[in-house]
Amino acid sequence: MEVRLEHLTKIFPSRDKKGSEVVAVNDFDFTIPEGKLIGLLGPSGCGKSTVLYMICGLEKPTSGKIYFGEDDVTDIPSEKRGVGLVFQNYALYPHLTVRQNITFPLENLKGEEKLTKEQRNQKALEAAKLVQIEGLMDRKPGEMSGGQQQRVAIARALVKMPKVLLMDEPLSNLDARLRLQTREEIRRIQKATGITTIFVTHDQEEAMSISDMIVVMKDGIFQQMDAPQKVYDDPVNLFVAKFLGTPAINVFEAEVNDKKLYIGEDMVMDKVNVKDGPVWCGIRPEGFILDEEGALHCSLTGVDVMGRDTSIVSTNPKMTGLNIRAIISAEDLKLTSKDSVRFNIKRNKTLLFDKETEARIYYD
Amino acid sequence: MTKSGVKREGIMGTLSGWLYLAPALAFLIFFMVYPLIDVFIYSFEEGYNSASQTYFGIGGYNYSYVLRDPYFLQAVKNTFILVIFTVPISTILALLISLALNSIEKLKKLFQTIYFLPYVTNTLAVGLVFMILFRKTPYTDGLINMMIKALGMTTVDFIEGPYWAKMLVLCVYVIWIVMPFKILILTSALASVNPVYYKAARIDGASKTRIFFKITLPMISPMIFYLVITGFIGAFKAYSDAVAIFGVDLNAAGMNTMVGYVYDMLYGDGGGYPSYASAAAIILFAIVLTITVINLIVSKKTAPKG
Ligand SMILES: Nc1ncnc2c1ncn2[C@@H]1O[C@H](COP(=O)(O)OP(=O)(O)O)[C@@H](O)[C@H]1O
Ligand SMILES: [Mg+2]
Repeated sequence: MEVRLEHLTKIFPSRDKKGSEVVAVNDFDFTIPEGKLIGLLGPSGCGKSTVLYMICGLEKPTSGKIYFGEDDVTDIPSEKRGVGLVFQNYALYPHLTVRQNITFPLENLKGEEKLTKEQRNQKALEAAKLVQIEGLMDRKPGEMSGGQQQRVAIARALVKMPKVLLMDEPLSNLDARLRLQTREEIRRIQKATGITTIFVTHDQEEAMSISDMIVVMKDGIFQQMDAPQKVYDDPVNLFVAKFLGTPAINVFEAEVNDKKLYIGEDMVMDKVNVKDGPVWCGIRPEGFILDEEGALHCSLTGVDVMGRDTSIVSTNPKMTGLNIRAIISAEDLKLTSKDSVRFNIKRNKTLLFDKETEARIYYD
Repeated sequence: MTKSGVKREGIMGTLSGWLYLAPALAFLIFFMVYPLIDVFIYSFEEGYNSASQTYFGIGGYNYSYVLRDPYFLQAVKNTFILVIFTVPISTILALLISLALNSIEKLKKLFQTIYFLPYVTNTLAVGLVFMILFRKTPYTDGLINMMIKALGMTTVDFIEGPYWAKMLVLCVYVIWIVMPFKILILTSALASVNPVYYKAARIDGASKTRIFFKITLPMISPMIFYLVITGFIGAFKAYSDAVAIFGVDLNAAGMNTMVGYVYDMLYGDGGGYPSYASAAAIILFAIVLTITVINLIVSKKTAPKG
């Protein structure tokens, strides 16, 4: 089911009399295509959960509309929307067994949809098989690991075959290894069922690795929506550029003068077709080429070997942040001096942003 | 850590645990267990004379006397009626009020204070108010009777009138007295249920009643069991409540309770019989113990795990 948000806004009144109101979601207006897995990405407190809660009907929008396909569901109660929701802390009913947890949504069906006990157990078993917990049906949530509980929560959300599956930071309570594993699992389940899925996370790597498309938001405001690689290569502003990628993009205070890009005294790029003046210059870690004659002069701090990556850590007076990280392949690693290093930079890995608005400046 | 390390720490832990407990335990044994044993012994000493501290022999006569004493049987009847009516009614009523309180965000604090008032107010003072409300004197009918009159029904003397009327007042009074504590416990139990379960249940399409019976009730059931168990014990021990409304001569009023009977046997007008009092106290103890054990077994069976 395609999900369309139309000028969706949520304003929370201030919690106390003095505080100001919170615009948790500000004028969201985009369409989530059918059958895709969408990663909703943003820092904590930016309004991701609120978006999800509005889509599933737990929160009422202050203004704007939500469409599932052609149907306006804005005023339709949660249970009639056909959505499944997976909570961050699973929210499994602690006093019920796995089977009872999964059949709970089915027991609430009324009228023509009503199922017999056998049908309910059959459906619960199917959902449990999908997430591979069919052997744990008689356990209580308290007797299971976090990863298993999360699977039960997914099974409970899937058992009614929802049109839209929503997941609110479903992996954040799992340890690192389990997180990777469950991430693959979610991808597999989504592919197998073809259910339109919105996956909320504050972890950019997580969003990048499993999503067909990612939506980046900040302080309740929509930033960008595109395929993960596209958002990484082609961010619309400095925030998105900084939020995606580990190690993060290296940002310099730079200046354009007569179509030449300067970082301090170093002319690092020419034929930069933008108007003169100061800019933010972001260079991805993989955008540096080690060169004895390179244009950009930096002071060498050290070399970090982390797994398959080798990164050169250096500093430059014009950088922002703590240091510059340049990822270099091992065979290119030839350092001639102990305390200085020079780079050339790759054009397609260098992004310019407006000094004031931080919006992307396109050159060429 | 190695297995034996865990074990040793376990033993040391238990040992220091008991050590910490020792002072409290000493008090408990001295003031609770020892008197209980003493009462038990008293209850079998026949013809005990408190002046000379002598007795004729050992046997069950005290029990057979008490069990044939119409005042005691009346007290048992009164106590059981009190228990059977006040415990469920007050618990259910408190639950309903707590649910209402919990759903009104803004009034929560205010209501909690209002309902808590009887709890901090002296039992006897509340009793006095009840007496004034229900009493019928030559000068005035009392507020309740005036209301009954206004509704066009015949008035009743609730304090010195028929048995059912007196019992009604006593039950209402006991319910009134125990409610605040129960409301306090239940409102905090309700508030402690993580709201995420209600969100999940709404997504799952559960109706309000289903949410209550399938989620809220099981989640607060440990607290409900706690209230029922302490409620039973409290109601079995009722005494000052009856005194507050009907005065000290409860046997004459036919409103005595089991604890009242024990007290009267010791210090009342016809008192001075510690052996009979002890026998009655042991009977009460046996009843309360049985019911509490049953309660605990039931609550263990139904309580949610994990
Ligand atoms: N019920 C609420 N009342 C008032 N403010 C809220 C409420 N829920 C969320 N907020 C505020 O809205 C903003 C977005 O919250 P949320 O959607 O939970 O963010 P996220 O899920 O991205 O961490 C936060 O500033 C939060 O404090
Ligand atoms: Mg959140």
